[in-house]
Amino acid sequence: MTAILQIIFDALSLGSLYAIGALGIALIFGVMRLVNFAHGDYISFCVFAMLWPSIDAAAVVFAGNLPTFILIPLILAIGAGLSVLSEILVFRRFRNANPATMMIASFALGFVLKHFLLMLFSSRPKSIDLWSNLSLPVEVAGARIPLLQVITIVITILILLGLTAFLKRTRFGLEMRAAAENFTMARMLGVKANRVIMLAFAISGMLAAAIGLILATQSGTADIQMGVSVMLVAFIATVIGGLGSLPGAVIAGFLIGGVSVLMQVILPLDARPFRDAFVYGAVIACLIWRPQGLFAPKSAKQRV
Amino acid sequence: MSTALSAQHVSVSFDGLKALANVVLDIPPQRVTGLIGPNGAGKTTLVNVLTGFQAPDEGQVFLDGQPIGGITSHRLRRLGIARTFQSGRLFGELPVIDNLEVTGVGLGLSRRESQARAEAMLDWIGIGALADRAAGGLPYTDERRVAIGRALMMEPKYLLLDEPAAGMSAEEADDLITLIRRIVAEMKCGVLLIEHNIGLVLNICDHIHVLDSGEIIEDGAPAAIKASEKVRHAYMGTQAEAGGVVL
Repeated sequence: MTAILQIIFDALSLGSLYAIGALGIALIFGVMRLVNFAHGDYISFCVFAMLWPSIDAAAVVFAGNLPTFILIPLILAIGAGLSVLSEILVFRRFRNANPATMMIASFALGFVLKHFLLMLFSSRPKSIDLWSNLSLPVEVAGARIPLLQVITIVITILILLGLTAFLKRTRFGLEMRAAAENFTMARMLGVKANRVIMLAFAISGMLAAAIGLILATQSGTADIQMGVSVMLVAFIATVIGGLGSLPGAVIAGFLIGGVSVLMQVILPLDARPFRDAFVYGAVIACLIWRPQGLFAPKSAKQRV
Repeated sequence: MSTALSAQHVSVSFDGLKALANVVLDIPPQRVTGLIGPNGAGKTTLVNVLTGFQAPDEGQVFLDGQPIGGITSHRLRRLGIARTFQSGRLFGELPVIDNLEVTGVGLGLSRRESQARAEAMLDWIGIGALADRAAGGLPYTDERRVAIGRALMMEPKYLLLDEPAAGMSAEEADDLITLIRRIVAEMKCGVLLIEHNIGLVLNICDHIHVLDSGEIIEDGAPAAIKASEKVRHAYMGTQAEAGGVVL
């Protein structure tokens, strides 16, 4: 029983990261039909923003030493700022380009960000001590669960509730949903395109920053590659969920997290190192079964 | 110049093909003006010109005497010119009420004001019960009424309806007639009705223009249009045989 509980918490906390990542990608895709492959590099950038530039293995923590109540908003603001800046400097110019062109531009931006970080920090992973006491286990119904897992899940639920309330109740949320479905019509009705797109980028960047904070706390390292692997799975989640569907992205994120953890448990010992092959095999099977994704919105079909 | 939304000697061509030629048409306030004509006559192009979606090559559009050339369609909406589209063009995944609210916030209202206005509008039209349904799943007639509601959110002085009765049964068209009459009487709106359903146009319009190959070939009161040999000819040649339209 406690083992099952442990598996459930593992699955939920891993799924949380994928879900938040997928949400960040799906938000931008919704308003702009852009798959932003630089999203993973936003995550890494936010982690490295806590460090002082140096090429030593021992990281010189800089902003990371700030008190929590300042650090968290600061990193979220950095994520939002970076994301909005990339919209203004790069993606705005491609707004009428076809989706493939925008995607290549996002790849290029990702490389620029990555090499900017390489230049300042070198490729060596650095250890970073961020709220390390959170990895202590707590007892949940008899099972010993790392506190960080519980916090990750709770934060994700809060993010999802907050974002849902924002999208459903506020005027900007309404504009964003309308723009995601039919941008031209929304503009015709007076919705301001730049405002909606910048807002989507800001939220997406904050979600990337949140992942960065969780990953850095979890792993205790800052690695330039750390965002990319989450980004890849998150992107797959948005495809499986049905590109453009926010609930689809979230559910698929949790689904992939769940399948990953489950494979780790049920695969025979010899096959476990190849877990990811099985996970991606399941992804391929899923896409053969439903190429449009599990929750494809009608609006996405004709435009992608 | 008179109080009206008015096209004066408007011409439009696409790639050398004349879509509208020297069209003169007035939409007076608190009247229903009809615009009929065979497919491809240029009816939708004329609506696009009147709403700022299409700039005329020649001629000018006047709103209550003021020329409105060069004003964007969004600004024109604020000035009181609203339209619906042939294919409803609603946000299918959004609830009905949100479809109306988008117009409200687009006008600069707060979400709360916008919601109040949208609720009142749905009740006024008589589809308050549909507020929370996804607009994409609605039957045709309800979709049309939501589209009209969305246009009315602007509190327009002039409302241009592009084939609102397409695909409706006789009974549903009757409901539409009632709604249009109420829009004119209660909202003090001038309505331009583009329709293929000739019976509906003859029934409700105060004045009818007949467009054929980009030219107004006839205009007058319903009785005069009904009696017109020219109109009969234009219609008989194209539609009457296929669609069974009887004037």
